[in-house]
Amino acid sequence: MQSKISIKDLDFFYGKEQALFNISLEIPEHEVVAFIGPSGCGKSTFLRTLNRMNDTIPIASVSGQVIIDGKDIYAPGTDVVALRRKVGMVFQKSNPFPKSIFENVAYGIRINGIHSDREDMNRRVEKALRDAALWDEVKDRLTTSAFGLSGGQQQRLCIARALAVQPDVILMDEPASALDPIATQKIEELVVELKKDYTIVIVTHNMQQAARVSDRTAFFMLGKLIEYNPTQKMFTNPDEKLTEDYITGRFG
Amino acid sequence: MAQSSTLGDKVYRTILFVAASSILLIVAAIFYMMVQSSMPTLQRFGIGFLWAREWNPSQELFGALPFIYGTVVSSLLALLIAVPISLGIAVFLVEQAPKKIARPIAFMIELLAAIPSVVYGLWGIFVLAPFIREYLGPVLQDNLGFLPIFQGRLTGIGMLTGGIILAIMITPIVTAVVRDVLEAVPNTQREAALALGATKWETTMIVLGNAASGIAGAVVLGLGRAVGETMAVTMVIGNSPQISASLFEPAYTIASVLAANFADATDEIYLSALIEMALVLFLVTVVINGLAKLLIMSVAGRANASKHT
Repeated sequence: MQSKISIKDLDFFYGKEQALFNISLEIPEHEVVAFIGPSGCGKSTFLRTLNRMNDTIPIASVSGQVIIDGKDIYAPGTDVVALRRKVGMVFQKSNPFPKSIFENVAYGIRINGIHSDREDMNRRVEKALRDAALWDEVKDRLTTSAFGLSGGQQQRLCIARALAVQPDVILMDEPASALDPIATQKIEELVVELKKDYTIVIVTHNMQQAARVSDRTAFFMLGKLIEYNPTQKMFTNPDEKLTEDYITGRFG
Repeated sequence: MAQSSTLGDKVYRTILFVAASSILLIVAAIFYMMVQSSMPTLQRFGIGFLWAREWNPSQELFGALPFIYGTVVSSLLALLIAVPISLGIAVFLVEQAPKKIARPIAFMIELLAAIPSVVYGLWGIFVLAPFIREYLGPVLQDNLGFLPIFQGRLTGIGMLTGGIILAIMITPIVTAVVRDVLEAVPNTQREAALALGATKWETTMIVLGNAASGIAGAVVLGLGRAVGETMAVTMVIGNSPQISASLFEPAYTIASVLAANFADATDEIYLSALIEMALVLFLVTVVINGLAKLLIMSVAGRANASKHT
């Protein structure tokens, strides 16, 4: 299999406290990988090491390697801004900017100077909104505030905003946890759709969701990677007793 | 609580009620007194009082315009200087500085706010005024002397000195409010920008965009302070009721004319003129502060709203 991201011996510390222990993992291109595990198991922390979002925490430190397209993103001299453009992120809580729907999507295109002219900008914004399955709902009110959208629409807008800068990888941190079942279903369909063009890593609390959308699943507990297998196998015949206990709801 | 009927509780509630309503009563009483006492000039000059330029109490000429002009220009000058500095400090404290550095700096800025006005005034007379006369003024006149605002004679005492003193005095409050407003911007906004490949600068712009109305509120609050500030300005602005284009010329503000002249105002019409200006100052500051509170609340409200969704 062709690895898009390979993580080697990753340790993560908040100050002196170790939050991730010796994690190694391969994420193949054009697949959806789900991270599951009980709260506080480190799955979100791990996700955030993949675009160095944890850099914003002063006391955080990392050792080990995260290799994306053959380059260690923790190597000295790494351009973090370029990295984050390549590895997009969608957050647990939708976080549109206090701007219009159009400007939200245009923002990333503009700061990265991706577009050539006004028309190109319009085309890119439309494509991103279409890819995020939002275009038909918002095409007549692109200039209105993003805060006028429903929760599910706002989250799809955030996905469109992330798609607009043409990343290779999209990290999703419990993207549907604040949404109702209908909106959740739309996000899940979207994830499966987006897999054709992107590599997707999704953190979820919802095991059915992991089973529905992902190709592979990683199960974390107390900062350790317990098991990483194809989702099918994980949910029918896991290697580890801990995984089985968690999936069958014996704890967590 | 409404159900409790013991005597003690009744007394307690009455005391609280009296305490709470006393503030409204005091404001109302001040307002009433000022309107009452300024009746002589209100009746004699009407609204024209506000734009009459002549001020000569011995000839019973009372025009408020030089003082309004002095107040407006010195306050705007103060904002012009203080707002960029305050924004810079606040952004540094919230977005850039490690906590170890941010805390002592924030503490020192708060200390600035605690220095008595008269101390700023003395510093203005003995340090700032000579500095402007000897250094800043000549430099400005040499390089930008073709502008009317920098022409005229350099005494060190005047509009510019007043404006700079005011700027120093309002910087702490503007900084403190902007800092609070920036801290109220949800972190998810910063993360959203960073995740799109925004630089530190671009992320800060997003944060400032989120905080725009709160920052406007901080600026207006600073304006309110500058308009009402009395002692330090009285000491350095020159106290001369004239309208001059030059920032080096002496001027006069409403607050300083009140402070400097109330003791001389022996006849009724003079006193009435002063009190009418006090009334103008009172109303203007009430409106400015109300506006500032509204603007600041709108940001805090949005931050809370997004916390709960």
